[in-house]
Amino acid sequence: MTQAAINVAYLAASACFIVGLKLLSSVRTARAGNLVGAVGMLVAVAATLLDRRVVDWPPVVAGLVAGSLAGTLLAVRTPMTGMPQMVGLLNGFGGAASALVASAELLRAVEGRALPGAPVAVAIAASLLVGWITLTGSLVAFAKLQEFLPGRPLPLPFQKTVNALLALAGLGLAAWLAARPDASAAFWGLSAVALVLGVTLVNPIGGADMPVVISLLNSYSGLAACATGFALGNSALIVTGALVGASGFILTRVMCRAMNRSLANVMFAAVGTGGGTAAAAAAGRQARAFGAEDVALAFDAARRVVVVPGYGMAVAQAQHVVKELADLLAKKNIDVRYAVHPVAGRMPGHMNVLLAEAGVPYDQLLELDDANALLPETDVALVVGANDITNPAARTDRSSPIYGMPILDVDRARCVVFCKRSLGSGFAGVDNPLFFNPATMMFLGDAKESLKSLVAELKK
Amino acid sequence: MTIDGWIQLFLVFTLAVFLGFELISKVPPTLHTPLMSGSNAISGITILGALLIAGESGRSLFTWLGAAAIALAAANVAGGFLVTDRMLRMFRRRK
Repeated sequence: MTQAAINVAYLAASACFIVGLKLLSSVRTARAGNLVGAVGMLVAVAATLLDRRVVDWPPVVAGLVAGSLAGTLLAVRTPMTGMPQMVGLLNGFGGAASALVASAELLRAVEGRALPGAPVAVAIAASLLVGWITLTGSLVAFAKLQEFLPGRPLPLPFQKTVNALLALAGLGLAAWLAARPDASAAFWGLSAVALVLGVTLVNPIGGADMPVVISLLNSYSGLAACATGFALGNSALIVTGALVGASGFILTRVMCRAMNRSLANVMFAAVGTGGGTAAAAAAGRQARAFGAEDVALAFDAARRVVVVPGYGMAVAQAQHVVKELADLLAKKNIDVRYAVHPVAGRMPGHMNVLLAEAGVPYDQLLELDDANALLPETDVALVVGANDITNPAARTDRSSPIYGMPILDVDRARCVVFCKRSLGSGFAGVDNPLFFNPATMMFLGDAKESLKSLVAELKK
Repeated sequence: MTIDGWIQLFLVFTLAVFLGFELISKVPPTLHTPLMSGSNAISGITILGALLIAGESGRSLFTWLGAAAIALAAANVAGGFLVTDRMLRMFRRRK
């Protein structure tokens, strides 16, 4: 295949990605969009395989077979509750692949004594830095989400100083590599620093802030591909990487706004380290726990119920029994809606995916503003495994770490049923005054079991 | 590469960034996860560079770096597209 024909194929692939992303922005066309993107990828890969320079097949075929098999297994076998980990892991793979390509390109150039010019060397350095940060950052995020590491923030002593020094070292080594592409100390040093930096950047960030981290790493995986594109002079990589970089960045911004925090605050503040205890001491107020029978009475008298899902629903895998409950209530002519906070769960759209898995139609899901308009006219707000996103302290308590975060105003509903494992504070380590509200019924226990008993009670 | 060549690549990059912002800023929250896993899959485009490196004649350390990059990127691509489709199959409207 001539280079011109290959470039035409790359152009077609880029067009596919653009159209695919466009189609992904509406539920009706999203599946087609994903397919268009996959076709674009197939075209680009097929054209590259027909490139005259590709002659040594065993390494190529081995890589393709091993990778496709692993990816397929992951995609088919990961349960929906494991989606945040899976997406995180795939981000890491993409970043690592870009960094490896940049490394190989550099080593090849050095071996062939055809040193790259400064612009290419800068691109290679950028790809190494971003790509390796994406890999180890994603692995740490994966470990936290998979609970290999504790989900709470784990700041080291002098965390910020360490990160600042590492970042400076990374930039310095990148500059060195750009100036002297054959300096192997610069190459290995930069790779090592970037790998460590990925760990130290993500490690101090708590589980509740994972939606931001995952979005940001998504953006990085695109930027790494983009930098590799500059290193290879390949515009298909540049276009695609830029699209993904922009998309991840937008999601990051949406997540930060949903918490009313700056990206810098999410990255460096290690929210959730302490706290909770001070407010918990709030002088002898008692939260009232209720059994399934009492809770069922509240539902029997209701005309409208709004379900507020959170990460606890994912942990307990309670989405199916939530749907069962909603169907039962609908049969009793009760209007059931779902209020989904943008940062509920561990990645953007986490709750939407779980509810879709349970068969909840997506047009029953309300976004923040619509939900808050409806909550004052709601009889029962059923909070399933969510906490911080319903905490009224965000509206009123200036000293609260989550002050200013837009929340779902469940306290404005006539009655709140709070389905929760225990009376502990949320993932942000913040106490929730809603527990002590006279209109709140605490429904303690594993969300799945509690809701099952509620369903059984309502069927009587 | 010439200066003109670089300027062209930067032009492509700049336009793609703006296009990306335009395309994605209106995605509804329901689709945030599929958008992320789908865009994640296409970021596996870096596989093109890996294929050229691993497939080049003459084996060396970089051949195997390229093969490893192919495997990682292929996992990214296959896993990303498949899992996105798996999720999107589940989204349905009220009957």
